[in-house]
This record gives sequence, structure tokens and C-alpha cells, in this order.
Amino acid sequence: MLLYALKRLGLALLVAAFVSVVAFLLLRLSGDAALAIAGEGARDEDIALVRRTYGLDRPLIVQYGDWLLRTLAGDLGQSLYFKTDVAALIADKLPVTFLIGSFSLLFALALSVPLGVLSAVYAGSWIDRLALALAVAGQALPNFFFALVLMMLFSITLRWLPVSGSDTWAHFVMPTIALGYYVTPPMMRLVRAGMVEVLGSDYIRTARAKGLSPASVVFKHGLRNALVPVVALAAVQLGYLLGGSIVIETIFALDGLGYLAYQSITHKDFPVTQAVLLLLALIYVLLTLVSDLLNAFLDPRMRVA
Amino acid sequence: MSDAVILPIETVTTKVGSPAARMAANPSVVTGLLLVGAVVAIALLAPLLAPHDPYAQDLTRRLIPPIWHDKGVWFNPLGTDNLGRDYLSRVLYGARISLLIGLSVMVISGLIGTALGLAAGYFGGRTDLVISFVITARLAMPVVLVALAVVAMIGGSLPVVILTLGLLKWDRFAVVMRSATQQVRSLDYVTAAEAAGASRSRIVLGEILPNVFPHLIVVATVEAGSAILLEAALSFLGLGVQPPLPSWGLMIAEAKNLMFFSFWLIAIPGTALALLVLGINLLGDGLRDVFAPDGRS
Amino acid sequence: MASAAASAAVLEVEDLSVTIRTPAGPLHAVRGVSFDVRRGETVCLVGESGCGKSMTSLAIMSLLPETATRRARRLAFAGADLAGATGAEINALRGNRMAMIFQEPMTALNPAWTIGDQLVEVHRRHKRSGRAEARERAVDLLGKVGIASPVERLGQYPHQLSGGLRQRVMIAMALMCGPDLIIADEPTTALDVTIQAQILRLLAGLQRELGIALLLITHDLGIVARIADRVHVMYAGAIVERATAAELFARPCHPYTRGLLSCLPAPGVTEAGTRLGTIPGVVPSLIGGIEGCAFRSRCEHARAGCAQAVPVRRASATHHYVCVEEVAEMAALGEATA
Repeated sequence: MLLYALKRLGLALLVAAFVSVVAFLLLRLSGDAALAIAGEGARDEDIALVRRTYGLDRPLIVQYGDWLLRTLAGDLGQSLYFKTDVAALIADKLPVTFLIGSFSLLFALALSVPLGVLSAVYAGSWIDRLALALAVAGQALPNFFFALVLMMLFSITLRWLPVSGSDTWAHFVMPTIALGYYVTPPMMRLVRAGMVEVLGSDYIRTARAKGLSPASVVFKHGLRNALVPVVALAAVQLGYLLGGSIVIETIFALDGLGYLAYQSITHKDFPVTQAVLLLLALIYVLLTLVSDLLNAFLDPRMRVA
Repeated sequence: MSDAVILPIETVTTKVGSPAARMAANPSVVTGLLLVGAVVAIALLAPLLAPHDPYAQDLTRRLIPPIWHDKGVWFNPLGTDNLGRDYLSRVLYGARISLLIGLSVMVISGLIGTALGLAAGYFGGRTDLVISFVITARLAMPVVLVALAVVAMIGGSLPVVILTLGLLKWDRFAVVMRSATQQVRSLDYVTAAEAAGASRSRIVLGEILPNVFPHLIVVATVEAGSAILLEAALSFLGLGVQPPLPSWGLMIAEAKNLMFFSFWLIAIPGTALALLVLGINLLGDGLRDVFAPDGRS
Repeated sequence: MASAAASAAVLEVEDLSVTIRTPAGPLHAVRGVSFDVRRGETVCLVGESGCGKSMTSLAIMSLLPETATRRARRLAFAGADLAGATGAEINALRGNRMAMIFQEPMTALNPAWTIGDQLVEVHRRHKRSGRAEARERAVDLLGKVGIASPVERLGQYPHQLSGGLRQRVMIAMALMCGPDLIIADEPTTALDVTIQAQILRLLAGLQRELGIALLLITHDLGIVARIADRVHVMYAGAIVERATAAELFARPCHPYTRGLLSCLPAPGVTEAGTRLGTIPGVVPSLIGGIEGCAFRSRCEHARAGCAQAVPVRRASATHHYVCVEEVAEMAALGEATA
């Protein structure tokens, strides 16, 4: 188990290093950073000055090494647009995104697990069909469009919830739904597929032969085994949620990492974009690591492997 | 970590009836084909169907509501937008952009992902290790963020959006092709071909590819739908295709500030998007059932 | 066997039928089977795979797959009706007074829970016992089924145990609540030959010691010869011959039983190198009805009368078989054709 964890950790670090290179190169190669900083229509002398000031005239490898060393030391540089320390900026916005991401995941789990179990237990029934229809329809709905529909319904027509902002818990309701509904269908399908397979297994027949209550058969003996792949998917989906938060936070003007990323991109504030990209990648890597270990913990057969 | 990206693949087994007959009997496939077929027809026939030029502005005829409203007129059945452009014509022409995006991104990412997945699954060993690593690294970077950043740097246009998404969205192809190839390569006829001394390219293209093709089709449909949604999201955020192109995502963005008074402006392109993606997803779902007949979805 | 006549029936099955819905039409897996199992005796259902013996056991336990329907004139456990019982009533009996041991010990235990957990839960549910009491019982029984260091095993997961050990755990699990009846469906088939003998000896020993009624489902006449008191031979979903074990092996009457026995090497009689018998032909399709004797397509004595309803013949008070021929005539015929 320890060796397994160490191997996974090593791979995670390698992926993080690789992503840092990509994050760095991507933003340097896809445009002239100096031009971006100096602004459209800047004079050549100004651009040259920017290039020298920011050290953009040095070889890429030197620039990367410099950036990496400072990043590792916790110095993410200065934001070009917000004119503040990038690390402080991110630390300020992270909690909102973390909250919205966790809420959305919980929302998705709270919907997908019961629905998936119900559809598996009553496979082929109208409940199963309805859940599948909802899943198919949900996955076709663009999240930004759904967010606007929610806004129209709950804020304008019903006047139940505030339109945008991130001051009270009520501000989090619509973003949670708008972000979480999209990951619900794949999770529900996975729960259903897992439960259908598990419910047909020999050990479920054993559990029934033991005269256990239907609840014990389905939940204790069934769900536990069906949830193993869902945990892996949940972690990956949380990665999707972080990406999706860019769209949703922007629509609802939630002051989180996603909105910050959007602002940094539109203002060509590449130190911030770079830092957010690296951070999101690190979070994803960390999540997959956690999900792998959680999987190993949930499935006793993997513990000795 | 590489394990996290391995999805279970159901082995493709034969079932009663020809594939075409099974597709015709599958309600998801039929509904999906009808929806997608309708959108394709609209895209192809847009010049004939559209009552007006989708780019022609008429500032005297701004924000006319659709025909089902009291103030609607048959001259503009779906009303007009903020610049007085005929909304029906714009929605019809918008189908072209969504389909073009879906198809091109699917082809580009499909080629990249299939090549990587086949190589990883067939050669195994170190090749597999390296490719799995690249897949994991790619998955670690959120598509929306990278695509937004790249489009912002280079400048938004249809080719840039297509290329960016195409170069980003190959991961699922690679993941599915990798595990499908792994399964097929251990089968007897592949071993037999190897024993008979067939060349590697012959084996991969002649023996393996045809057998993993059903998986490829299913992933391709799902990815086309996802690419269409992504383009719409990028355009909605102002970092996709640029005005005055009638992209459905862009139309929603342009109408966003007016939605409290003229909700139809976002409801119409939003519904069009949802219906197209619904059709594509239904098609993918149905094909999965057709190819994997043991009832697991 | 000695007490069999005096004891009341623990399990009574009368005219049991199981029909499975298939795309090709209804499959009659079990067609009008009747038998009983009395306190303290071992009854065997024997037949080839697909003859309906497993479906019979699942029907008794109400564990049939959803595509299957069960019909019976009488299905009773210790006098209480099972056919009309509610799910809760069935659940109060299952694992408590009637327990089942399955063929595949590798998959019959839940991989996510420890052995101890799975043993304890059945006792706690039916006996309303505390954790400590149930655990003590589990340790006791693991020792009884021949598992060394039982306390340690309780904390282990199924994948840490061999197939033989897992089957011992399944037996211990069946014994947890002190059942009146154990149904064992091919309990040794999935195991190595050396382990098979051990498990069988264990099962037979426990059955005698605890006075449990044992319904053993098997395809192996060798097993039947060793532990059965009474035997029911099944073919194509129906019982074709019933007898005490002694009678069956001494004087098999139904041609199918005789065919089965000829496939079996007899110790001291069959010489090394001689060819064992086989029964040519295939089992008829169980989809749709079967008129007359189901075995006639493979029977060397088959004649026109076999296509009509077949009478039940009595070789003795405890020995019945279903055939158009009396056994004496058949023996003569057999010699004539040989």
C-alpha cells in the first residue's frame, strides 16, 4: 500500500512538472507576451523596453527555469492587470471556487447515487426510463444557457434568488445547480451500470439467501462495490467542475478562481493565467491521486497489490 | 494515475440481425438520426430556407418578437435581434457553424487520439507508458481554460477555434482506443496474423482498427457534441468565433443583456444547440447499445 | 436413514414448475417436480447440467432470477407455506432455518467485507444477538469447519482465502443460525479433487452430528453413493426415478439412471483401461412442451409408446420410476440387444 502510494505520488509530481512546462510554453508561444503587455498599437521602443524589463529577451529555457524557481519559492509574480501579488490574488479567490466546486459535486452525488441505485434496482421500469431520459437531456443542455434560464426563472420571474455576486449563501444556489447538473448524468450512469452488474453477482444472491433485508442487500452488499468506480469518476469530474467554473463564475459574477481566470485572459494578464492553469492542473493531479488511494482503500483486493 | 483514465470497454459481440437492422430498430439511433439529419439539412439548405440575409441589419426593425407574441409579424417569423437582423435566418445559418465545428474538431482530435491510442495499446511497454503519461498530463489541463487562453492570444476566428479544440480534445479518443486495442490485440486472429509474419502496419490497420471501429464511432459522436458545446461556450465568453458570424453561442452572448426583456433571443439559439447536441448524444448512446448488445449502457 | 421414516418432512415440494422467459419462448426448466426432505436425512437431486436441479433449489429459496416464474401445488418448509409467503416471511426463514451453500465459493462471498462481518451479520439479523455473541459463534463454527486460527481469519477478506477455505466459510455461514435445512448446490464442483473429498466429508459429518436435513444438488453419482439417504434422478426438468441410495445403486430402473451408472467406474469391478459408457444424443430443448418421455430420443429401448403419457412404476414402496417398460422386461431386452 505504501509502495503503491509512493509510486502514484512520483507519477503525480512528474505530471505536474510536465504541465508546468506546457503552461509556460503555451502562453509564450501562442502570442508575443511583450506586445500583450505593452498593449495593441504600442511603439516598437516600448515593446523592446517591456521585453527587457520582464526578461522576455532571454532564451526560453532560462525564462522557464527562472519562473519555475520563483514559483517553487511561492513567488508567482505580479499581476499585470490587478497590479497585486498573484499568489495573494489566488489565495483570495480560491475559497469561493473550492466552495462552489464541492457544493456542485455534492449536488451531483446527492442526485446521481439515489437515481442510479433506483434505476438499477428497477431496471427497465418507468423510473429507469425517466432517469435515463433526464440524463440524456441534461447532457445536451449547454451549461451557460442553463445558467441563464435558471437566472431568468429564479431571479427575475420568481425573485427568490439574487442574480449575481458571492456575498451570501443564496448567491451559491444557482451556480451550484448550473455547475453540478452537467456531471450528474455520467455519474448516474456509472452508478446504475455498477449496480446492475453488482446486483447480478453471486455474492448478492448469497446476501439474499442469508435473509438480509432488501436495504442491507442493496446498500451494504451492493452499493459499496458499485461505488468504487464512481469515486474515481467523482475526482475526475471535480477537475471538470473547476474548468466549468470559468463559465459559471463569469455568468454569475462569482468572485472566484474561474472568474479571475476569465479576467486574466481577457486582459492578457499572463502571469495570472499561467498561475491559475498550473494550480488547476495541480489540483487535478492531486484529486486523481486521492481518488486512486481512496479506490485502493475501498477495494480490499487492491490493498495487497 | 494512468489507471484513472482507463474506462471499461465492453467487448463487441455479434447479435441477431445486421448492424443496419439493429440501428433501425433502436429508438435512440432513429431519433438521433432524425434530429441530426434535420440540422444537417438546415445547414445545407440555409440559403434556400432563410427568408433574409443573416447579416443584413435594419435598425428600424430592432427587437421584433417572434410570431407567437402579440407583436410578432410573419416578415420575421422568429423576430429580429438588437441590430434588426432576421433571427430565423441567423439561427438557420448558425447550424452551419456548429456542424462545421463538431465535424472538424472530431476529425482532428480523432486522428490524433486514435493514433496515440492505437500505438499505446498495440506496442504496450514503454510506448504505452509515455503515451499514458501524455494523456494524464493533457487531462490535468482544463480544456476551457487553455482554449480561452490560446484563442485570446492568437485572436478568435473559426479556424483558430477549430484547431485549438482539435488539438485539445483527443484525450477520450486516446483513452478508449488504447483499452480497446489492448483487448483486441490479445485475441487469436491478431496473434495468428503476427505468427503469419504480417507487418505491423498491416496488423494495426488491417486487423485491429476494423475491430475497434465501433468504439471509435461512439466516441466520435460524443466528442462532436462536446466540441459543439465548447465552441458555444467559448463564443459565449467572447473568446470564440467573432461577430457578426451567427454562432449560436455568440447569439446568446449578444442577447445576454437583453434577456430580461427579450428572453426569446437566448431561448431560440439555446434550444437549437440543445436539440442538436441531444440528437448527437442519442445517436452515440444508441450506437453504443447496438454495438454492445448485452444491455449494459 | 434409520430415522427417516419416523421424522416429519422439513421440506415438502409438490408439483413444482419453473418457467423462464426467453426470446425464443417460455423455457420449462422444471416440470412438475415433487419430493420431500425429512429431518436429519440427506436427499440428493442428481442429473446433468441443465436438467433443472439448480433451478429447483433456487425456487425453494425464492432466489429465482426475475425472468423466471415459479408454480407449485405445495411448497412448504416445516409445514409453513412458502409459495404464498411474503418477502419478509421468506427472509425470516432464509439464512435462519434454511440456508444455502453455492457452487462458486470464489464469487459467493462479498469482496468488500471481511469474513467476520459476513458471518456475524446473519446471526445478528436472525438471532438479534450482540456483536460479541455473534462473533463468538463465528469463531466457534470456523473452528468446527476445520479452519485453523479462526480469530485471525475473521479479520480477513475473501480474496485472502483459497477456494477450499472459502467454501468452509460458506458452510460455517450456513450453520450460523442452526438451520433445520441446508441446500447445497454443487458445493464441491468448483474445487480441486483433493479438496472436494474434504469438503464433502465435512458436510456429511456436520449433517450427521447436528441432525440437519441436507438437500444436495449434484451431477456426481460418486458423491451420491457416499452420502445420500434418498436420491431423485432428474432429466430435462422432471424426476425420472426416485429411490433410497441403496436401492438405486443395487437396481437402477430408468434407462437414464442406468446410463449414468454405466458412465461411472465401479471400484473393484471396472478394470483399468476399459472404456466407460456414454449416453449418446443430446437433451431435448426445454422450450415449449414435451410430450411423453423426454429421454426417448436417447434411449436404446425407445418405441412408439414412449411418445404418449408415461406411467409411474413401482419397484418397491420407496422406489419409483417413470418409464413405459417394467424393469424386468427391460433387463431382458437389454440382454437381447447386447
